[in-house]
Amino acid sequence: MAQVTAAGRAKPWALSRNSREGVISALSPIVLLILWEVLARAGVIDTRFFPAPSEILRTLFAMTQTGELQHHIGASLTRLSVGFVVGGVPALVIGVMMGLNSTLRAIVDPLIAATYPIPKSSILPLALLVLGLGEASKIFMVAIGVFYPIAMNAMTGVREISKVYLDVGHNFKASRWDVFRTIALPGAMPTIMTGVKLGVGMGLVLIAIAEMVGAKSGLGFLIWNAWETFAVSQMYVGLFVIALIGFALTVILNQVEKLLVPWKN
Amino acid sequence: MSGGEGAPVDGSAPGPAIGSAAPPPAIRIQNLSKLFNDFVAIDDVTIDIGAGEFFVIVGPSGCGKTTLLRILAGLEQPSIGSFTVNTANAAGRPENSMVFQGDSLFPWMTVWDNAAYGLRMRRARASHIKEVVGHYLDRTGLTKFAKSYPHQLSGGMRQRVSIARAFANDPEILLMDEPFSALDAQNKLLLQEELLRIWEEHKKTVVFITHSVDEAVILGDRIMIMTAQPGRVKTMVKVPFGRPRNVMELQRQADYGSLIHSIWMELRDEVEKARSQSETMGK
Repeated sequence: MAQVTAAGRAKPWALSRNSREGVISALSPIVLLILWEVLARAGVIDTRFFPAPSEILRTLFAMTQTGELQHHIGASLTRLSVGFVVGGVPALVIGVMMGLNSTLRAIVDPLIAATYPIPKSSILPLALLVLGLGEASKIFMVAIGVFYPIAMNAMTGVREISKVYLDVGHNFKASRWDVFRTIALPGAMPTIMTGVKLGVGMGLVLIAIAEMVGAKSGLGFLIWNAWETFAVSQMYVGLFVIALIGFALTVILNQVEKLLVPWKN
Repeated sequence: MSGGEGAPVDGSAPGPAIGSAAPPPAIRIQNLSKLFNDFVAIDDVTIDIGAGEFFVIVGPSGCGKTTLLRILAGLEQPSIGSFTVNTANAAGRPENSMVFQGDSLFPWMTVWDNAAYGLRMRRARASHIKEVVGHYLDRTGLTKFAKSYPHQLSGGMRQRVSIARAFANDPEILLMDEPFSALDAQNKLLLQEELLRIWEEHKKTVVFITHSVDEAVILGDRIMIMTAQPGRVKTMVKVPFGRPRNVMELQRQADYGSLIHSIWMELRDEVEKARSQSETMGK
C-alpha cells in the first residue's frame, strides 16, 4: 500500500503514455513548418515553388479579407454536402435492401461489380457532356464517389448481421419496415459508418478534380487557377484549406459514429 | 401433479386424456414431421400440451428438438402434419414468444429497449409498455441496468433480459430453447429459480428444451424424451413434485434421484445412438 502511494507521488508531473504521444503528434507538424520557414528564408529551397509558411499565411489572410476564400470554401462545401445527400441516401437504402433481399442483390450486385472498378474521375467528361458545366455535374461526381462505398458497406453490414436477430424480429412479429428500422439499419451501422468515411474522402477528391475542369468557383478551381496564373502561395492556401476540411470531416464523422453506434466498446 | 403416481416413467400416455369435460389443450401437435431434403429431423410427433403446463423436451443433440420449437415459433414450416395453439383467450395478445439459445439480444439496444421490443412491435401504448417492462425488469433484478447495453452485462444477466423480453410480450405460450445452456452451474441454478418464480405469477404454457435431465425435472410438469435422429416421442414422464418448488429442497428428496436416474436410463440409449450415428456420418 505504502509503495503504491510512493510510486504515485514519485512523478506527479509525468504524463500518461497516451497524452505524451498526443503531445508528440501535435508537435511534429509544427516542427516541420518551422524547418520549412527557416529553409525558405535561408534560401535553401526555391521559394517560387515552396513559398515560406508565413508568406502562405499572409496570402490566406488577404484572401479572407476580400471574402474570396470564403466564397470558394462555401462553393465546395455546398457541392460536397448536396452530393453527399444525393449519393448517400439512395446508397444507404439500396445497400440495406440488397442485404435483406437476395433477389434485389442478384439484380443490382453485377451492376455494381461491373461499374465499381471504373476510376470515378474518368467519368467526369461524361458528366460534363450530359449534365453540362453547371452545378449538376459537380454534384453528380461527389454523389457517385459517395454512393459506392456506402452502398457496398451497407450491404455487407446487413449480411453480416447474425441470423438470430432476424429470427427474433420474425418471432416478435416485426413488419418489414420494423426489420429495416430496428435490426438491419442499426445492426449494419458500424460498417455503414466505415463506408461513409470512405465515401466522404472520395467525395473530397472528386470535388477537387471536378472543380479544376469547367468551374468558376470552389477550392479545386482556386488551386487550378493559381497554377494558370502562377500564384503559388494561393495554390498552397487551397491545398491547406482542403487538408483542413478533410481533417475536420474526419473529426466530425468520428463524433457522429460515437453518437450512432454507442453500443460498440 | 399430486404425489407419486406409480412408476415415474410411463411409456404410454401421450398427454392428458381428452374427454368432453377436459379443457382444450394449449398446443395440439398432430402427426408432425419435418424433412430437410432426405434428412428426417422430426418423425410423426403427436402431442397435446395442457394449458398452463410446463412441458420439457429432452433428447440427444441433433434429435430435432430445436427444429420442433422453431416450428412452434413459426420460424420453420412443418413438412407433414400440423399444430394448433389455442388462442381463444388471447384477445390481441401474441400466440408465442421465444427465448433463444445463446446471445439473441440486440447489441444496439439498451436492456430496456430489448425488453420492450415485442410490445413495441405490436404498437402497445407507451404507458402499458412502461408498466410491463418495468415490472419484468424488476422481477429479474435488472432495473438498475435498464440503460446498459448487452455487452456491458454478464452472460447470466443477458439471459435474464431475454426472459424478461419474452414474458413482457405476454404471449399465450412461451418457447424456450436451452436458455441456460451457456451459463455456469451457479448462474444456471439462480436463473432456474428465478424462472420458476416469474412463471408462478401467471402459469403460462411453456415448452422448454434442454439436454440437462436435472433441469428438466426441476422445471417441468411433464418431460418428453425424444429419440435420436429421426426425432420421435420415446417416452413421456410425469414429474410428481408439487408447486411452488424450491430447487434446493427438491434435490434433497429421495424420489428426485430415482426420477433422474430412470430418465437418464431412457435417454442414455438415444445419446449413444446419436453418437454412433454421427460417427458413421464420418464426422
